[in-house]
Amino acid sequence: MAETEVSKKRKRPIVRLAVLLLSHSVLVSVICCTAGVFGLLLLPVLAKNTYISENALMPGSASSMLSNQEVSEANKLIKELNNLHSNPLGATTESHGIIAKYMSNLGAQVNNHKFHPQLNQFHPLHFFSGPDSGVMQENSTRSLYGINTVGIIRAPRGDGKEAIVLVTPYNAVKGGVRETLSLGIAYSVFSLLTRVTWLAKDIIWLVADSQYGEYAPVAAWLRDYHTPAFSNLDSLNTETCHVGNNNFESKISYGIRRSGTMAAALVLGVAYGNENEDTLGIYAEASNGQMPNLDLINIVHYLAVHRQGLRVKVEQFHWLLNSKWVKSLGEVFESLGKMVKTLNPDWKLGISAADYVEGAATLASSLYHQALGVPTGPHGAFRDYQVDAITLEFSLRISFDRLDRRNDFLLHGGRLIEGVIRSVNNLLEKFHQSFFLYLLTSPSKFVSVGVYMIAFALLVAPLPVVAASLYAKTLDLNPTSEKDKSATSNELGSVLQSWKWLNSVKTVFVVHFWGATVSLLPYFISQIPDSDPTTNFSVWILLSILSLEILRWILVSPSSHIYGLPQGEWAILKSATISSFFIGLGLMSVINFATAEIGALLMVPMALMAHPLKLDVRGQSLRSILRMICNLVLGVISFPPATFFVFKGVIEGFSGIKAGDFWNWVESLWAWNSATYLYIEYGNIDRLSSDKRESNKDAPLLSCGMLLLKEFA
Amino acid sequence: MELSFTQGRWRYEQWGGFDPLSSNNAKPPGVELWAVFDVPQSLVDVYWRNLTHTLSGLFCASINFLESSTTYSAPELTFKPSFGNLRYGTLPREAVCTENLTPWLKLLPCRDKAGLSALMDRPSIYRGFYHSQRLRLTSSESGSDEVDSGIGLEQTLTVVLQPSSWRTGKTYSVETNIQPSWSISSIFGRNIPGKCVIAKSSNVYLHLDNGLVGELKNLERENAKYVANTFESEGFQSNHAFKISVTPDKVFEEVDYLHGKSTSVIYGFSVEKYSDSQPFDLGLTWKIPVVWSCQQAPLHASRFLMGSGNERGAIAISLESTESSEGLPTSHIIDGRCELRVDIFQVVPWYIKVYFHTLQVFVDKQPRAMADVVDKIRVSPSKDKVSPGVMEMILKLPCGSKSAAFSLEFDKGFLHIDEYPPDANQGFDIPSALISFPSFNARMNFSEDEFLNNSPILSKFQETSPVLSYTEVLLIPLTTPDFSMPYNVITITCTVFALYFGSLLNVLRRRVDEEERILRSRAGRKAGWISQLLSRLSAKLRGRPQEQPTSSLPYSFISFRLVLKILLVASIAVTWQYYFG
Repeated sequence: MAETEVSKKRKRPIVRLAVLLLSHSVLVSVICCTAGVFGLLLLPVLAKNTYISENALMPGSASSMLSNQEVSEANKLIKELNNLHSNPLGATTESHGIIAKYMSNLGAQVNNHKFHPQLNQFHPLHFFSGPDSGVMQENSTRSLYGINTVGIIRAPRGDGKEAIVLVTPYNAVKGGVRETLSLGIAYSVFSLLTRVTWLAKDIIWLVADSQYGEYAPVAAWLRDYHTPAFSNLDSLNTETCHVGNNNFESKISYGIRRSGTMAAALVLGVAYGNENEDTLGIYAEASNGQMPNLDLINIVHYLAVHRQGLRVKVEQFHWLLNSKWVKSLGEVFESLGKMVKTLNPDWKLGISAADYVEGAATLASSLYHQALGVPTGPHGAFRDYQVDAITLEFSLRISFDRLDRRNDFLLHGGRLIEGVIRSVNNLLEKFHQSFFLYLLTSPSKFVSVGVYMIAFALLVAPLPVVAASLYAKTLDLNPTSEKDKSATSNELGSVLQSWKWLNSVKTVFVVHFWGATVSLLPYFISQIPDSDPTTNFSVWILLSILSLEILRWILVSPSSHIYGLPQGEWAILKSATISSFFIGLGLMSVINFATAEIGALLMVPMALMAHPLKLDVRGQSLRSILRMICNLVLGVISFPPATFFVFKGVIEGFSGIKAGDFWNWVESLWAWNSATYLYIEYGNIDRLSSDKRESNKDAPLLSCGMLLLKEFA
Repeated sequence: MELSFTQGRWRYEQWGGFDPLSSNNAKPPGVELWAVFDVPQSLVDVYWRNLTHTLSGLFCASINFLESSTTYSAPELTFKPSFGNLRYGTLPREAVCTENLTPWLKLLPCRDKAGLSALMDRPSIYRGFYHSQRLRLTSSESGSDEVDSGIGLEQTLTVVLQPSSWRTGKTYSVETNIQPSWSISSIFGRNIPGKCVIAKSSNVYLHLDNGLVGELKNLERENAKYVANTFESEGFQSNHAFKISVTPDKVFEEVDYLHGKSTSVIYGFSVEKYSDSQPFDLGLTWKIPVVWSCQQAPLHASRFLMGSGNERGAIAISLESTESSEGLPTSHIIDGRCELRVDIFQVVPWYIKVYFHTLQVFVDKQPRAMADVVDKIRVSPSKDKVSPGVMEMILKLPCGSKSAAFSLEFDKGFLHIDEYPPDANQGFDIPSALISFPSFNARMNFSEDEFLNNSPILSKFQETSPVLSYTEVLLIPLTTPDFSMPYNVITITCTVFALYFGSLLNVLRRRVDEEERILRSRAGRKAGWISQLLSRLSAKLRGRPQEQPTSSLPYSFISFRLVLKILLVASIAVTWQYYFG
């Protein structure tokens, strides 16, 4: 007696808590979801100021050595390249020759790199093979090629184990001052670096031939740098070519020259700005939401703001800047912050409404770009090789035609790059001190993983609770009905009962399997010669419906007929779906947080609300009708194409689903779409509709996750 | 024994790789040490250990790290006179600085106070591109006459410097780019104040290598057409191309017996006649721009890493033929086939787990079977934390081949936490591979011999030695734990483990049925406290004594008091016994 009391007491806190949670699962899920969304909205307020974590970087501790002499030299190069464009015939090869000449005059080792741009292909099966297997299979692209020019400065006293990469995309065909200015900046820095004594790492300057996009040349060069093909039979890179130019006759080899492991990479670009100040845009998102080390962004920001007086900006959603509700939300937070400050002056939660709006817009775009998994610039190619890289885009107030203005710009830009390179050069180890998992809310503010995970965890927390409570409920329900029936065969019955979930898990699995097949379908569809996106899309829809019917016919229908009891059945099915959804989201959040967060935002409410439509229709009460409407709306919204179009409606000027886009982006979008189809199907078949919808949604997410996982590996 | 400290890398493409200067003096970055021991096999490792410690103390360097068996290896094929008693080790990361130079200078008779070594101005030496100090001990006991037996010490310092005018002057306009003129005082910031008193001879040599001489001769020929002016070969020092400020005492011309191509020229200057008042200051002033290239090793070797990620990768060594090799009397005709012999020696630390079976060979970009190319291969696989992996290959490449490439795949291993160096995040170094071309001899032939015998450096040049070149050091990033947050990790791990094990133990220990049964039985006989005490006792006997907690406090309290009383009585008895017994 005494003992039992004790043991009960001991058990109680946890068990009681669990029981409490389960019994109030609806309340818990509502609270948690709201708290999760609220936490997400609160993130701009919670953002911390960035700081340079690695002491070895010492940005700005040395005065800049770049002088007007280098700038005037760079101007010479710009002029020569611009003159070339007055007669466009043969401008491309000429410009390569000129760049190569300038590089080698500086004492750098120069080589050209010839590459074939790979057309964007959709390879879902690639996720299951190595990343290098797809090198150059297409013979059709043979005729197209671009030429990168690579110059390497060997560090005078370094041992050549590490290198810093400087990339300037340059489109020789298009030409123009804009294109050549970034070359000018890079050249001025490069010419300085050939003479400095402090260099410890080699410098690689890659002039990427961007006539086939900015990403492709960099990716091709990196691929050849890291995984050279020794046995290419077509002797692509073996030929040497005489680049003839006035009195400059030199052999520039096409073999790739190497330096050591890359420490960091900077991509330079110049854009026409329409703002009032000279600004510097930082683009950091690489594929699959991978970010470069925060220290790299910090150095650039520090040097640009405190040394060169540039305004730094990161990408924002401009439509959010003007939206009313964000503004009002910001005001609410501002007043809240003031209130908190009156309570305790040490709590500095206050943030002005304008700041909040800015932060929210930046955070949203940061989340969006990370979730999409499409790199925002050529720097994305580096991250695949674990090199920290960012793209810097200078934009100027006035046009570049005025020479003094241009010189000033070159000087500032060059000094910034010099400072960054010097900092990275100071670094003994690779970037590891600062954060890799973060969201930027402004160039100088960030939300670290420890903070934003809380919001996500709150959002996801109701899922297991609801699943468990559903399961517990059905267990409670069924024994009472069966007890009198089979008192004698209690043992067997309970065993059967306890294994009942297997059936619903099977259903979930089948749906997931279908989702996976649907997400693989586009690969086969894309094999169809000359077809436009719309027909592809419709073929895809048709095929997925067909495959669903087949699967249902083979696998699902017999079992679902045997187990008649829809009352308990749908609950178990829902709980199985939700738990698998939870596992999927959890895994996803480890791989790519932003995707998981957005997925959770879209799907958690739906997963929780899901209820069979048939029952609701039968119910006739106001509550059930409301629930049905909610279900339908949520279902439609979280159906990926619907989401996509809604989103597009909100932000004007978004391009539609284009097959010509980067394959990853197509892939992820398509994967999402496939999920939605599943869900629509089930909406029509109203038997187990809503639960299956969820599972469908899960499937794309999971396949997406798998895809990303592969990428990551 | 040979020990070398090197900073920077030798650029084979610019500074040449064929002449004795480069192939003898170019060394891998960091410390390289090899030694042959004339002791029984079993003692070799012990002696090596002693040697490393001694040298480490002598040169203020961490050579003692070479003591552990994971860092050194015993090559057999690459170094010729080895019979299993040679040990070879490198420390690629060793930073070389003045602290290493000073002990090296102390071994010189006059230190850096007099003679040539007075030039050793630290800042100017370390400002250069390349700096390598070398120490070589040879024992000549095997010599026939007992007088000569002893230990020879040979010290070499190789420095590649940048003429100061190059550094400061902005040489932008390339058309008028003339080679920077230099003099000893402008390079080193010092002069030679005469010879060291103890020194037998003290000479400065100026070497114009083949390419340059050839170029000059061409120019000369062109000029000769216009100007009726004949240059003698010894008149070089004041020809139209450059001017040497001091008249050389001797001029040596290399004689190439095989074909009368351009050969190199060495000017010898003896320092003996100079003194403090009249220091020796050699200078060279260029008059016209001359472009020449150094003689290259037959194949230019480069080594690089392939792949990315922390899991696996591949090492590739690529050999590209240089232009100079085409016209050289290089090939050995064996069995009617023209072949080029290349030796590769590669040491790989144990945490880079190389799979030697994945060796792929490409010649002229065509995959080849290993047996076609590899003449002999000796592989000793690495043992974890015991010994590094060693690969020695003797290759026979077809003569005309333009390029050859080898790739080896590896997995990256995991280190134990205390095996990481302090700067683990930089990555780990793979020491340079040594590539030698035994069929090429880096030697110079000089026509006049009487002077050469008393000039060690020239006789060194005349020795036959294979052309050697070292590849780059590679940096491999390994998976590195986050050292900055061990506390967090430990805390979180401990918490998780505590929770897990606590609940698991709780579940395992508790037998639900048993408890219920006991409860039921106890409810059945609810008689007096004695029986309860009995049941409690039985429970205790069953091995769960710690289950007696709070609510049964009165009973346990009673028994506790009882025990206390007994103890008290017993202690009283004991003290009584002790004091009064």
